[in-house]
Amino acid sequence: MPKHTIDPNQWINRYSDYLFNYTITRVNDSEKAKDLVQDTFVAGLKSMKNFKAEASERTWLISILKRKIIDHYRKINSNKGKAEVRISYNSEENEGDWLEERVADPFDKTAEDTIENTELGLAIDNCLKKLPSKQAQVFEMKTILNYETEAICNELNITASNLWVIIHRARTAMASCLEKNWF
Amino acid sequence: MGNKIIILCKEANHVCDKTQYKEATLWEKFLLNIHLIYCKVCRKYSKNNANLTKLMIKSPVNLDPISKENLRTAFEKELAKHK
Repeated sequence: MPKHTIDPNQWINRYSDYLFNYTITRVNDSEKAKDLVQDTFVAGLKSMKNFKAEASERTWLISILKRKIIDHYRKINSNKGKAEVRISYNSEENEGDWLEERVADPFDKTAEDTIENTELGLAIDNCLKKLPSKQAQVFEMKTILNYETEAICNELNITASNLWVIIHRARTAMASCLEKNWF
Repeated sequence: MGNKIIILCKEANHVCDKTQYKEATLWEKFLLNIHLIYCKVCRKYSKNNANLTKLMIKSPVNLDPISKENLRTAFEKELAKHK
């Protein structure tokens, strides 16, 4: 097995998308997610000497990121519910062993999911490329970037009914393209 | 879309598209469902359309290039400090 090495110069190129994706599915706020990814890289840099080369760089960074995400939720929680009663089942003599903690984390993404998702991303990209440019643009703004209908209409100088016609054509084309290439 | 219960396929598809972006009203969705009871073609369209939405949500989101650059500059500052 090759020895794992660490090279922070390559981190942004190699892992920023992956870490961002990982975060966005967990915190649901892209600004927050960007901050967390950045914090993770900085924290990784600071504790580089603790890297034991037992796991790959990516796994190591993810484990830092997980902590950051937990901290993030802790922070929100302490802001909103100071009066909240917390029950600690974790007393001195008996370790907490609630059933929930013994099962695998269903939200933890496995390598297989990641590969599947990357392939899906490629398939979608290919189908988008086949669309006429106007349709692709509108579809992308509406579906991927989640712009408001009104904002798109203003920007591209079209009416709402124009927009829906374009969206309809794009969706029909995308659905049949993905049906061929993905399902 | 007036007060009629029976709507055309064209209208039904429009409502279906809006539903994918959560922009259809409850009444419109009701009309769509009535339409889907008897219209096989639109049932198929609705199904494909919903599938497409599901796939788009599942697909990985990449960082947009601008924030990636921001991230890079911020990180390179840290990197310089570190050395």
